Amino acid sequence: MIWFKKDILSNGEESKSVKVPVGLWVKCEHCGEIIYKKEAERNLDVCPKCNYHFRISALARINIVVDEGTFVEHDPLLEPVDGLDFKDLKKYKDRIKASQKETGLKDSLVSGEGLIGGQRAMLAAFDFSFMGGSMGSVVGEKIARMVERAVEAGCGVVIFSSSGGARMQESILSLMQMAKTSAALAKLKEAGLPYISVLTDPTMGGVTASFAMLGDVIVAEPRALVGFAGPRVIAETIRQKLPEGFQRAEYLLEHGMIDMIVERKMMKETLSRLLAMLAEKQG
Amino acid sequence: MVYRHWLEFEKPVEEIEKKIEELKAFQSEGPSRHADEIAKLEKKAKNLLKDIYSRLTPSQVTQVARHPDRPYTLDYIQNIFEDFMELHGDRCFKDDPAIVGGIARLEGAPVLVLGQQKGRNTKDKVLRNFGMPHPEGYRKALRLMELAERFRRPIFTFIDTPGAYPGIGAEERGQSEAIATNLMAMSRLKVPIVTTVIGEGGSGGALAIGVADRVLMMEFSTYSVISPEGCAAILWKDGTKADLAAKALKIEAEELLKMGVVDKVVKEPVGGAHREPDAAYKNLKSALISSLKELSPLGQEDLIEARYKKFRGMGVFSEPKRY
Repeated sequence: MIWFKKDILSNGEESKSVKVPVGLWVKCEHCGEIIYKKEAERNLDVCPKCNYHFRISALARINIVVDEGTFVEHDPLLEPVDGLDFKDLKKYKDRIKASQKETGLKDSLVSGEGLIGGQRAMLAAFDFSFMGGSMGSVVGEKIARMVERAVEAGCGVVIFSSSGGARMQESILSLMQMAKTSAALAKLKEAGLPYISVLTDPTMGGVTASFAMLGDVIVAEPRALVGFAGPRVIAETIRQKLPEGFQRAEYLLEHGMIDMIVERKMMKETLSRLLAMLAEKQG
Repeated sequence: MVYRHWLEFEKPVEEIEKKIEELKAFQSEGPSRHADEIAKLEKKAKNLLKDIYSRLTPSQVTQVARHPDRPYTLDYIQNIFEDFMELHGDRCFKDDPAIVGGIARLEGAPVLVLGQQKGRNTKDKVLRNFGMPHPEGYRKALRLMELAERFRRPIFTFIDTPGAYPGIGAEERGQSEAIATNLMAMSRLKVPIVTTVIGEGGSGGALAIGVADRVLMMEFSTYSVISPEGCAAILWKDGTKADLAAKALKIEAEELLKMGVVDKVVKEPVGGAHREPDAAYKNLKSALISSLKELSPLGQEDLIEARYKKFRGMGVFSEPKRY
């Protein structure tokens, strides 16, 4: 930290406490490297030192893969409601409001359609910063609608998952979104249209145990944590140390659970090639 | 009758039952010296039990749903169906004893039955892994349901699990994939499916055999996205707040009926299914028969479309109109 202090003091600032400009630097959660934020952004929010893929917003994720100017958001007005009058330490209503204010989103999923390297697709991305990317009725409804639209339009589906699982504040209704989304995907499958599931850090619980693991092709970002039960719950249940790399993308690949690990900079090209090879009309 | 397991909130009834036992022991001395008093106490005990069970809190319902004497899947199968033949294995890895299934007859007609199975004694509990299936259990369930579809047999599933097992092997072999695949496949099966939650309906591990045309629930069973203890640990950051979580989650049959997640609540005898299992079997049997009757007239396509619409319509949200 010493050099840091000197650097700023040498600017001739007189204030006693050292003010580090907020938001200019980010710390890599994996290797601890301090990175200039602009540099991280240029690198698609991937650590230049250790290649750790940071969690990014839904819109950033969409922007990385769609052809410029082609994305149209669908169902932007869908909003969660507190159907159960749920209250834990805070009211669900207040949690919704706070998350909406903080993220500028209505709920944890942004969906729409666009071109990915020229390939038309319905696509959606989770925003983990909205209540841990949890899935409630809005997420389930958006996914069911996008899949139904894909069947109608005859195009593929791409979903970027990043979620702690079902949203407890919507209780059984969030559980039922697992059935609803999986049933919609069954229709897509019958229509012979491709669904590519992209697992990003972290994808857990009810999201993994429904649409996230149902991709015709399942892609994951490097080191993404993906599982049904959280590592802490498993460690507490079995009272054992978990194996090295457990539930990471590389571990899943080794165990035959996913098709490939794709770095963020290669994501657009990969998706576009996959969609073309699976959806292209022949003869 | 003396029960082995009394729940904390049943203590006042237990005390009266104890008194009755004592009086009965005295009876051997002289004929019916206490007969009047015994009859009076028995009536009192029954009324008290009825009263207690009419006002159970959500966390008390959870205790009844998990009661160690409660009928389990195999009890219902053996007492409702005839000619049960158990079928084993997922044809990939192993047979998971936490899920049982097979072919049987309901009033003479061949059907497929399956469900999570809990163990009665310590050895059996371990064998059944406390009713927590591994992926191979869900894959066995799907194999059996697809078998039923090929032979045009209706499917009856019974849910009774704390949840899918959270373990290393379960994750390595694709617990999520197995559950997800069942959800997708069940939504398109061409035969009628009737599910009954008979005890604990624990999250995705329960739903994985529960995407059905009719979802029934025994009166004192529960169905939830997470256990009250798990929910309390996460949202209250205190696992002992399970009472509050149970209430907030609305996990009881009547609440779920109101939300449209459950189609019918099946009455249990006073004091829970374990007190008079025969009454519970009888009630469920007639509910299963009438549910199947409702579905029988539907053609395959209508059946699948109705099932799709049923789950498609679940959830609450708002969508203001654009101006």
